[in-house]
Amino acid sequence: MVEPLALKDHTWESRIFLKRIVVGFGILVVLTLFLVARFFYLQIVQHDVYATLSDKNRIQVQPLPPTRGLIYDRNGELLADNSPSFNLTITPERVDDIGGTLEHLNRILGLRDDEIEAFEKRKKRRRRPFESVPLLYRLTQEEIAIFSVDRHMMPGVEVEARLVRHYPRGELMVHAVGSVRRINEADARRIDPVAYAGTDHIGKIGVEKYYEPDLLGQVGYQQVEIDARGRVMKVMESTLPVPGKNLILHVDATLQQAAVDALGDRRGTVVAIEPETGGILAMVSKPGYDPNLFVTGIDHKTYASLRDSIDVPLFNRAIQGQYQPGSTIKPIIGLAGLVTGLITADYFIEDPGWFQLPGKERLYRDWNWRMSGAGGHGKVNLQKAIYRSCNVYFYTLSVKLGIDRIDDYLALFGLGVNTALDLPEAKNGLLPSREWKKENRGLPWYPGDTVNIGIGQGDMLVTPLQLATAVTVIANRGRWVAPRMLQSGSDLLNRSDATRMDSIELIPTHVWDYIIGSMEKVVHRGNQGFGENGTAWAHIGRDINYRMAGKSGTAQVVEIKQGEEYDEEILDERQRKHAWFVAFAPVDKPKIALAVLLENGGGGSEVAAPVARAILDHHLLGSVAPHVASVAGGEE
Amino acid sequence: MSHDFVRQLPGAGLNSPRKATVGDMVHLDLPMVFLLLVISAYGLLILYSAGGQRTEPVMSQGLKILAGVVVMVLAAQISPIFYRRMAPWIFLAGLATLVLVYFFGLEIKGSRRWLRIPGVISFQPSEIMKLVLPLILAWYFHDRHLPPKARHVFWSLVIIAIPVMLIAFQPDLGTSLIIGASGLFVLLLAGIQWRLVFSAIGIGVISAPALWFVLRDYQRQRILTLLNPESDPLGAGWNIIQSKTAIGSGGLFGKGLFQGTQSHLDFLPESQTDFIIAVLGEELGFAGVVFLLILYILLVGRGVILSVQAQDTFGRLLCGSITFTFFVYVFVNIGMVSGILPVVGVPLPLVSFGGTSILTLFAGFGILMSVHTHRRITL
Repeated sequence: MVEPLALKDHTWESRIFLKRIVVGFGILVVLTLFLVARFFYLQIVQHDVYATLSDKNRIQVQPLPPTRGLIYDRNGELLADNSPSFNLTITPERVDDIGGTLEHLNRILGLRDDEIEAFEKRKKRRRRPFESVPLLYRLTQEEIAIFSVDRHMMPGVEVEARLVRHYPRGELMVHAVGSVRRINEADARRIDPVAYAGTDHIGKIGVEKYYEPDLLGQVGYQQVEIDARGRVMKVMESTLPVPGKNLILHVDATLQQAAVDALGDRRGTVVAIEPETGGILAMVSKPGYDPNLFVTGIDHKTYASLRDSIDVPLFNRAIQGQYQPGSTIKPIIGLAGLVTGLITADYFIEDPGWFQLPGKERLYRDWNWRMSGAGGHGKVNLQKAIYRSCNVYFYTLSVKLGIDRIDDYLALFGLGVNTALDLPEAKNGLLPSREWKKENRGLPWYPGDTVNIGIGQGDMLVTPLQLATAVTVIANRGRWVAPRMLQSGSDLLNRSDATRMDSIELIPTHVWDYIIGSMEKVVHRGNQGFGENGTAWAHIGRDINYRMAGKSGTAQVVEIKQGEEYDEEILDERQRKHAWFVAFAPVDKPKIALAVLLENGGGGSEVAAPVARAILDHHLLGSVAPHVASVAGGEE
Repeated sequence: MSHDFVRQLPGAGLNSPRKATVGDMVHLDLPMVFLLLVISAYGLLILYSAGGQRTEPVMSQGLKILAGVVVMVLAAQISPIFYRRMAPWIFLAGLATLVLVYFFGLEIKGSRRWLRIPGVISFQPSEIMKLVLPLILAWYFHDRHLPPKARHVFWSLVIIAIPVMLIAFQPDLGTSLIIGASGLFVLLLAGIQWRLVFSAIGIGVISAPALWFVLRDYQRQRILTLLNPESDPLGAGWNIIQSKTAIGSGGLFGKGLFQGTQSHLDFLPESQTDFIIAVLGEELGFAGVVFLLILYILLVGRGVILSVQAQDTFGRLLCGSITFTFFVYVFVNIGMVSGILPVVGVPLPLVSFGGTSILTLFAGFGILMSVHTHRRITL
C-alpha cells in the first residue's frame, strides 16, 4: 500500500472516484439489461402463457341452468313445476374466515348442526373456483330481511334465487309422478358434471327419474368478465339454456283424488289403466308423503319418521308392493282350462267344501267352508266358480292343468315380469315354477304347491300394477298394451327396457265372452238367493247403471314386517288379510281397468269392491254417488 | 484565475471550463430537470390509468410532484458548503427522529415507521435518512485521505450501522437494507479496497442462512413466496402471480392504454403504488417498460456525470451515492414486481403514488444540482 501523502491528493482521489463510479455505472447498466431481459422473457417469450392466465383470470364461464320440464296430467293440470327458492350461499374464495361467518349467521338465523354439516360436505365437493355453495334453502322473507341488515359484514355471502321443483298437488301425486332430490355424492359420481352444471336436483323416483334426460334440458353458459372479488362486470357471450321437455301424463289428477277419497284413511293402493292405450289413469299408494319436503332438503327428524314409519309412506305399494293375488287370478286359470280343452263350460264338479289330493290327507278348504257349515258351493261349473269364487273348483282345475301350464298362461298376462315402460321402480312379482323352487328352496315341486297357486296363494306374488295390467289385457280380450305413465312429450318411452309382451292370440271369442261374462256376474248377478249371487253384487251391484266386470280376492299376510315391537291390537290388525278387487268397465267398450288393494282390509268384495266402484263411477259418470262414496270409505 | 490556468490543471478534462449557463444561474441542471419531468409525466399517465382514469389521484400526485420540484429548486440554491458544514447536525437530528419514532411513532400493522406532529406534519424519518447517511459519510471522508484506511472504514461502518439498526427495529427491513446500501455506496466510491468488498460479500453469502432465523415470519413468507408463488395462489403468492400475469399478458406493445384487464378488474394489488409498473407492462407492453428503463438509465447517467464533475470529495461521494441509491430503488421495485426479488415495500421512484418518497427524491436531485451549479475552482 502506498504511504498516504501528507497533503490530500485531489487528482489521485478523483481518479479513484472516476474508476469506481464508471465500474458502478457499468454494473447498473448490466442490472438494467438484466431487468430488460426479465421483461423480455415475461412479455415476449412467455407472453402466450400469461395472456391465457390473464383471460382465465377475468373471464369466467358460468353455467346457466335450464328450467326443468313441466309435468301435466291428461287434462293439462300442472303436476310438477318450478318455483323460485331463495337460498343463502357462500362463495368460499371470497370469505376470509368461514368459521366466523358461520358463527355470525348462526347468531342471526340459527343454523342447525345438520345444515352446517351438509354445507361442509357440499363445500368439499369438486366445484369451479368462485362457485357459490348453498348453506340454507328456501329462506323466508323475514330471514332475508334479517340477513340483509348484516350483509355488509359478510362479503361472499349472498341470497341467490333459484328455480326449484315444486309439486303443486303435494302428497296426492307423489307416487304417480315421483320426485327430484338433491344431487348427492353417489349421483355426482355418476352424472355428467357438465350437463348438471348449476343444477342442484336430479329426478330420483318415478317419472321424474325415468324421463330425467328429457326433463333436465340443456345447460347454457355465459362468459362473464369478473373482478378479483368474483363480481360480474359484464356478460361477454352467452348460450341460452334449453329448457327441459314438458311431459303430459295419462294420469288424471281428479281420478287420483277420487281414488284417494275412496281409500279414505286406510292403507292401500289403486292402479287404474286405460285399456285403449295402457296409460295409467291413477296410481295411488297410501299413505304417501309430500315430495316438496325432499326438494330442498329434509331435516333428519322428519326423514327418520317417514323412513321408520310402520305404514312405510315412502314405499310405492302400487309398483313395489308384492302381494299374493288371491282369487283375482281365477279368471285366467279358468281361461287356461277352457283353452287347453281340459274343461268346458259344461264341466261341473260337486263342491263339498273341501278338496283333497289323491292319496293325501290334507284338506284344502273352500272360503265359505266355515260359514255355511254344511259344506261348499254344491254343483259348480266355471262360471259359478268365478262369480262365487269357488276354491274347490280351481283346486281341481289347477291339478288338471299342472303348474307348467298355469305358469304359461299367467305369464301371457304379464305376471312375473315387469312390463311397465316408464316406471323404473316397478317390481317383477313372482311366478313360482319348478325351476324357481329348485333354485330357491332346493325342493321339488309338489302337487300341493299347484293347488295353492290355483287360487293365487302360496309363493306367488304380484304387484297391483301387474294385476291391473292383467285385467286390462282381459278387458282388451288379449290385446296387449304396455302400462305407461307418459302420454306425450318424450321419445324415451320407446327405449324402455321393460319386458315386451305380445298380444294373446288364438283364443276363441266365445272363451273371452265366457270369462268376461263370468266376471260380469261377480258384480251384476243378484237376487238369486243365498249362495247364488255374485260375490260383489250385494256390495256394489244393486244400483249400478253400467256394466262392470270384476273379481275379488284376498291375500294372506305372509309375514309381518317390523311387527314385534307393536302391541297386540295393532299386530292383530296387521295380520288380517289384504283385500283385492280388480275390475273393468264398461264391459262392451272398456274405458278403465283397475286393481284395488286394501292392506289388512279383510274380504275383497266387501271392502275393496266399493272402492273400485267409486273410482269407476267417477271415471265413467263424472261423479260418485254419496252412498257409494260412503260405502267405499268404509263408513257404512 | 484564468481559463488557461484551469486548463492546465490535472484532471481538468473532466471539469472543463465553460460559460455560466442559464441553468447555472438558477442553480439547476436542465437535462436532469427535463428527465425528471418526463419521467414524472409518464408516471402520471400510468397512474391515471391505474387509478381507473380518475383525476383525483393524478391531481394529488401532481401536487406532490410540484411540491417536490419546489423542494428541489430550494435545495439546489443552498451551497454544498453549507450542507457539508451542517452535516453532523443534520445527522444527529436524523438519528433523533429515528429514536423518537421508536418511542412515539405511529404503529401501523405492527411497525412504527411514521412520526407525526399533529397538525403540522407526518413523515417517515427513514426516508430522510436516505439523504442524511450519504451526507454524513461524504462529510466524514471529505477531510480524510482516500482510499480510506481500515479504521476509517470501521468508523464509517459504525455510522452506517446506527441508523440501519434503528430502522431495522421499526421494523422495516427493506428500507434499512437500502439505506445501508446508500452508505456502502459512499465507501465504495471512496475507494475502499475491492478485496474488502468481495470478502464482505462472501461473509454475507455465508451468513445468509443465519439471517433466516432472524427474519420474522412474514419476511420468511415473502422469500418462500418468491421461490414458489404457486404454493399459495390466493394468499401470499397472489400479488406476484397477478403482477407477472399482468406484465406477461402485455406482450410487445401491451393491451393499450386504459385497456389493462388485470389492473382494472382489481386482480392486481397495489396497482397505484408498489406494483404500478405491472400496469405499465400490461397496457404499454415491453416497449413501454423499456422506454421507462431508458429514461431511468439516462437520469442515472446524468447523475453520474454530475458526480464526476463535482469538484471535491464531499460533492463527489454525496452525488454518487444519491444517484446509485436512486437506482437501487428502481431495481428493487421492478425486480420485485417482475418476480426476481422478494416482495418488499419499495415504491417505484417518481411513478408510484406516494408522498414522502417524492419529496426526498426531488430533494436528493436538488442536492445534486446544488453541487453541480456551485462549482468553483478551489485548490
